[in-house]
Amino acid sequence: MGARYFGAEVQRGEDEALITGKGQYVDDIRLAGTLHGAFLRSPHAHAVIKSIDKSAAEKMPGVAAVFTYADLEEPVNQQQVQPYPNPNIRQDIRPYPLAKDEVCFVGEAVAFIVADTRHIAEDALALIDVEYDILEPVVNLRDAISEAAPIAHRGSPDNLVSQLKISYGEIDNAFEKADQLFKTDFLQHRGGCHAMEGRGVIAQYDPILESFTIWSATQCPYLVRRSLASQFELPESRIRVIANDVGGGFGPKAGFYIEEIITPWAARKLGRPIKWIEDRREHFLTTNTQRDTWWELEIAVTAKGRIEGVRGSVITDNGAYIPYGLLLPFTTMAPFPGPYKVLALDLTQDVVYTNTVSNSPVRGAGRPNAAYAMERVIETVARNLKIDPAEVRRRNFIQKDDFPYKTGLIHFNGRPMTYDSGDYHALLEKALELADYDGFAARQAEARKENRYLGIGVSSCIEDTGMGPYEGVSVRVDPRGQVYVSSGAASQGQGHKTILRQIVADELSVDIEKIHVEIGDTGKFPQGVGTVGSRVGVNIGTAAYSAATEVKTKALALAAEILEADLNNLEIEDGIIRDRGRSNITISLGEIALQLAPMAGAAIPEGHTASLEATSFDASKGPPHASGSNVCEVEVDLGTGEVKLLNYSVAHDCGRKINPLIVEGQIIGGVVHGIGNALFEEMIYDENGQPQNTNYGEYLLPIATEMPQINIVHQETPSPLNPLGLKGAGEGGTIPAANAVIAAIENALEDFGVVVDKYPIHPERLCELIDQGRMSEAAE
Amino acid sequence: MTDKRDIQFTLNGKHYAEAVETRFSLADMLREQLDMTGTHLGCEHGVCGACTVLCDGEPVRACLMLGVQANGKEIITIEGLADGDELSPIQAAFRKHHGLQCGYCTPGFLTTLTAFLRDHPDPTEREIREAISGNICRCTGYQNIVAAALDAAEAMRAA
Ligand code: FES
Ligand code: FES
Repeated sequence: MGARYFGAEVQRGEDEALITGKGQYVDDIRLAGTLHGAFLRSPHAHAVIKSIDKSAAEKMPGVAAVFTYADLEEPVNQQQVQPYPNPNIRQDIRPYPLAKDEVCFVGEAVAFIVADTRHIAEDALALIDVEYDILEPVVNLRDAISEAAPIAHRGSPDNLVSQLKISYGEIDNAFEKADQLFKTDFLQHRGGCHAMEGRGVIAQYDPILESFTIWSATQCPYLVRRSLASQFELPESRIRVIANDVGGGFGPKAGFYIEEIITPWAARKLGRPIKWIEDRREHFLTTNTQRDTWWELEIAVTAKGRIEGVRGSVITDNGAYIPYGLLLPFTTMAPFPGPYKVLALDLTQDVVYTNTVSNSPVRGAGRPNAAYAMERVIETVARNLKIDPAEVRRRNFIQKDDFPYKTGLIHFNGRPMTYDSGDYHALLEKALELADYDGFAARQAEARKENRYLGIGVSSCIEDTGMGPYEGVSVRVDPRGQVYVSSGAASQGQGHKTILRQIVADELSVDIEKIHVEIGDTGKFPQGVGTVGSRVGVNIGTAAYSAATEVKTKALALAAEILEADLNNLEIEDGIIRDRGRSNITISLGEIALQLAPMAGAAIPEGHTASLEATSFDASKGPPHASGSNVCEVEVDLGTGEVKLLNYSVAHDCGRKINPLIVEGQIIGGVVHGIGNALFEEMIYDENGQPQNTNYGEYLLPIATEMPQINIVHQETPSPLNPLGLKGAGEGGTIPAANAVIAAIENALEDFGVVVDKYPIHPERLCELIDQGRMSEAAE
Repeated sequence: MTDKRDIQFTLNGKHYAEAVETRFSLADMLREQLDMTGTHLGCEHGVCGACTVLCDGEPVRACLMLGVQANGKEIITIEGLADGDELSPIQAAFRKHHGLQCGYCTPGFLTTLTAFLRDHPDPTEREIREAISGNICRCTGYQNIVAAALDAAEAMRAA
């Protein structure tokens, strides 16, 4: 027996359909009689709606209906429900399903047209006449916090969503005692979702069963079900949400959106299935984006570079509404102080409304922000004390025998933030070795002879993964010996089906081809949470292991009776249970399943329970902490500000890897996302709140020619918190990447004293910083 | 608004005669009229490459070409790359190298690389990166796609 599949590079079962064009993404679903929807969206960042005339649109041939707020009845006409309520929210403002009398960002939905085709629906949009009274918008987060700022929502006292504070240790003492004090200020912008498949909904209402079936390109079908049930005041059993093949998620698809209310509502009203598919422009305008975060930090440090305390303030641009509660602001602070033993910490975060698209987590949520902030602290110390940045890390890392390590903060699950396991020193050395960090000085000097500017940057992080509460899995064997696995955890490309098959196949010792998985359908599994925060592998891995173990225990107990064998002598191989002593005495899992699911009138063997199946909601006992150290090598062109990525090295520890192929895919994809954050992705609004770059010619995503070879080494520190020793892997690539790139740029431009104050860092800004450096050098 | 033209074309080896709305893009025609949903739309403005199909053997963006322009052409989509049940070398290499995650961009990469590998049997890694520089993938970071293309080229040379 033993693991045949766990830890092996098992090719994904998902792929065959996807590489032959047989995927079933939401826009691929065809229901007879479907009508198509399109939204009229606000062209203004902030305005009052004075009147809407939809009569011309309604008369257009092919248009079935035109809906505005006035057409919505109770309770659907209430503000969209808050999926993540939190007592720390001072002003909990969510959008109405269609704008009531005020629009608060460009793209807010004002009317919904349903027509025979999408083309006709879009034609008719032009015939709706809306009269607006334009209000002054607030666009910039630092403006939003000032007394004189315009208010993002009429009737609000100010723009403050929430103020959060975290602290531990003796902060004043740390600052009094310190040998040196430093400061660092910077702006972060994570950018949008940009899953290659946008959002989309197709909804069907069955008037006989009074039930909805809704396909949505969502990361969280159960959250959509729960939110809709509350919005419609219906039992959850009347709403089935299916997330079939979903073309990427990355966080913004984990929310609940007004299109997920309006499309089913209209389908019920019109008695026809309705499909709404987001186009790319709508995606830029309306799919939640992780917006700006502004940091001002002070650092207290010893002469040797030991960090005694960090204090400061953060402002987070929340955008127009608060569809994710405070998930993002919490994850922006809770991962402090990263892999470092910082003795005291004190941070205050102001979360502010602006008239821009709503803020949401993007790959890593606030974790990349927190990691970047902490890495900026390290870089600031290294630069000012002239100590190698790798060495500053070594001097401040938590030691490997400090685990479990409590940082002093509270996780948003309410428990003390506790790191379960790791070895940050060893991991850093692995990354440095892979990157030939020691050989860099020679490479740099060699290049400099040709007037080429090379730089190297290091970045280290931890990631709290696998957060609770659970993600259940059920395992059932049928009389043919086929194994059916279902789970609530929807996939957007992470390969959940494959890892479930691997774990169950090993536990039951059956061929992986006999394992069939269904996920992401609320009609197939009773409860689920969602695919966010690198949590699914850990939780479904744990639950699958428990459920399969229970099935095995059940099967062996009955087999022992039937075979008249000693339980301890039984083994399973390829779905056949045999007595080790008498190898010709066997019974298959299928036969056992038949015993437990017999025909009418037959009995279940005494002492056994019906059906060879088990469901488990077992989860990791707390969040396992993954860790990583990255090293990036760049060349900067002084004339153009172009940054060329020469080499990227990753040392990563996500505990025991279920499938190295999938883990490495997640890491590489994650790093590239982080590189995009550092260098490219920026959703720009002008002072009127008008989005400036709603296409991929102007909003840049990483492309193949710009990306370096990414080399990976693994360290496996199994988590003690779950039986398989798992830690999450989905975001560990993204979290440290931005600092690795930016520190490398700063290192290349050390002669000019360049300190990057904002990411993404674009070539024009880099040229400015180089010029400033040259000027101050000349002045000295 | 429903001005239509009669056109004829070959799609994945099969002959079609269709009356097509003149404003339909080729992608609209494939997806909405013919229910061939393997061709995906990622941006509808010609940058992401998800909609790439082969038109007389050359990669084209089905969101930028009109359906009626397919008149007299031979179109191959993702659905036409495999030979019955047998995956093409680049399809098989994508699976082997984990060259896809969500799979949404994949049809565009596979069609682009099918034409590229036909014309460049022994490409360098750099040439492959150039060849796919008009295709965006949010999930994979491209590295495994490049590895898959190198491997497929080798398999094709060996065949
Ligand atoms: S959909 Fe055609 S290039 Fe993006
Ligand atoms: S695999 Fe998801 S966009 Fe490429």
